[in-house]
Amino acid sequence: MNPKTLLRIAWQAIVRNRIRSLLTMLGMIIGVAAVVITISIGVGARVAVAAQITGLGSNLLIVIPGSVTLNGVRTGTGAASTLTPDDGLAIAKLPHVAAATPGVGLRTQVVAGLNNWYTQIAGVAPTYTFIREWHLASGSFFTDADIASSAKVCVLGQTVIQNLFPDESSPLGKIVLIRNVPFTVIGTLSRKGQSASGTDQDDVILIPYTSSMQRLTGTVFVSVIAVSADQQQNISLVQREIVQLLEQRHQIVGTMQDDFDVRNLQDIANAASASATTMEFLLAGVAVVSLLVGGIGIMNIMLVSVTERTREIGLRIAVGARGAAILAQFLIEAVVLSGVGGLIGVVFGVAAAAAISIFGHWPMVVPLSGMMLAFSFAALTGVFFGYYPASKAAHLNPIEALRFE
Amino acid sequence: MPQPTPVVRLVDVRKTYPMDGGNVVALDGVNLVLQPGDFVSIMGPSGSGKSTLMHVIGLLDRPTSGQYYFDGTDVAKLGNDQLADLRSRRLGFVFQSYNLLPRTSAVENVELPMLYAGVREGERRRRALAALDIVGIPQMAEHISNQMSGGQQQRVAIARALVNDPKLILADEPTGALDTKSSDEVMRLFAKLNAERGITILLVTHEPDVGRRAKRIVTFRDGKIVGDEPVSTAVLAGSAP
Repeated sequence: MNPKTLLRIAWQAIVRNRIRSLLTMLGMIIGVAAVVITISIGVGARVAVAAQITGLGSNLLIVIPGSVTLNGVRTGTGAASTLTPDDGLAIAKLPHVAAATPGVGLRTQVVAGLNNWYTQIAGVAPTYTFIREWHLASGSFFTDADIASSAKVCVLGQTVIQNLFPDESSPLGKIVLIRNVPFTVIGTLSRKGQSASGTDQDDVILIPYTSSMQRLTGTVFVSVIAVSADQQQNISLVQREIVQLLEQRHQIVGTMQDDFDVRNLQDIANAASASATTMEFLLAGVAVVSLLVGGIGIMNIMLVSVTERTREIGLRIAVGARGAAILAQFLIEAVVLSGVGGLIGVVFGVAAAAAISIFGHWPMVVPLSGMMLAFSFAALTGVFFGYYPASKAAHLNPIEALRFE
Repeated sequence: MPQPTPVVRLVDVRKTYPMDGGNVVALDGVNLVLQPGDFVSIMGPSGSGKSTLMHVIGLLDRPTSGQYYFDGTDVAKLGNDQLADLRSRRLGFVFQSYNLLPRTSAVENVELPMLYAGVREGERRRRALAALDIVGIPQMAEHISNQMSGGQQQRVAIARALVNDPKLILADEPTGALDTKSSDEVMRLFAKLNAERGITILLVTHEPDVGRRAKRIVTFRDGKIVGDEPVSTAVLAGSAP
């Protein structure tokens, strides 16, 4: 018997029992769809994390003030006022440091003409655009001379432009009032999109950090120093150098607690990636279980089917079917059921992944390998769980089978 | 050879089944020869071993002892797969309950043995339609089996039995589920296949009217043949239309 004939016999049996076949496939459809969605979530999360890491800036390290203990009350990390702009300048001179910028910030109401908007003001150094890998859309960025003179110039994020200058073709040269101090717009930032935590990174106005400290807040401390290492493999080295340098500058010796904290974004990314992996394992477990349940469903229905079709099997043996032909027929039937179920599952899975990425705003990536994997696993499940019923059919005694009521 | 090879030759065939408290003897030293072109009825009360004999001759069961030569071949020397091949190419079965595949067209039912005999698709269809023509229902080729009358279903079953041009057709109570008219038509069909195509037919029945339609009646009792006589030509002529 050629394979085409066997396939045809199995296919006839499937289409003659449409409802039963569909119900049998249901388990497989759900299982495979679950696998495809799982893989999509996992891969999508990885891609998103990777994109966000590069979006944060290349080889980025963040120095923030540590916690302080006041009258026995320990404040949280970042509460202390310990970092100065000079710390930033000193860090910038370290070997393997490509650039460093102090950062100060406040949130306040800003006014331009008849429009106003509540936004984030970030006081930074000119190296900021390099560190964050953030390009200008138009105009220019402020310079070291602007830092030195605490110039009243600003660079606007796209969200701010939309809200302050909805009707203007270009905001360049316009005045923005920040706490009643007039700043001239000299540049605009390209669109950056959402950050890892979901905040709008384009809702920002960049000004020289000296201008922020002297003209707006009157502080002498900075809230953050962003550092860019020259190469990725030097990130840990730079991290140790910064700790040494700042301990020296802040006169921290012996068992004293550091009054600052150096964070390596790669660690954060690794943590995010690790949690994504955990999630993937969990979902994969659920998916494998549902595939198993689907396989057992196929075995159940095939066993019922063998019993129900005992006379048919007896007849087939009587008219000359070899045992191998009966085995092949039922095995192929199981594999076709699980395979077609798997295909439908892949289609549903991809559709669900697309829906989740569109409506759930979760990045979904459906890799071809994932689809192949889910489909092959489904087909294998069919072989595995189809073998026992098929072998039962092949070993039926034709005389008893023909008498079976 | 002075004589043609017998289609069936049973030599002292015994068949016993293990049961609680000893063996049950179903066939007790049966000797039987069917020549090409024979049309034999096997009659006897139920439990006399008719069905067992049928299964042994139909290569669905093996004798416990004794020899069975099918068309000159000692079947004891053949493996299960070779028996299956003989069934698909040289034997035809007709059952009391038709045993057609449900939700399947008549022509596809007739094609079934050819699937296992390895006949090509186009040839299968052509031969199946020809067989339906022989049994007199060519117009019902595409009808679904379980929507046909009993007589029509049995005709499809007969077409299925003869489609591989077998040496021997085995019919187990083929009229048992049919009314008198259909029963008569089916028996006439067997007579026609035997007369025109020379197919050897072995028929198991417990209805004397049906049994007399054959050329020879073998009577069975307690696993033994107790009578083997030709049906007189007078009886044959009397029951013919």
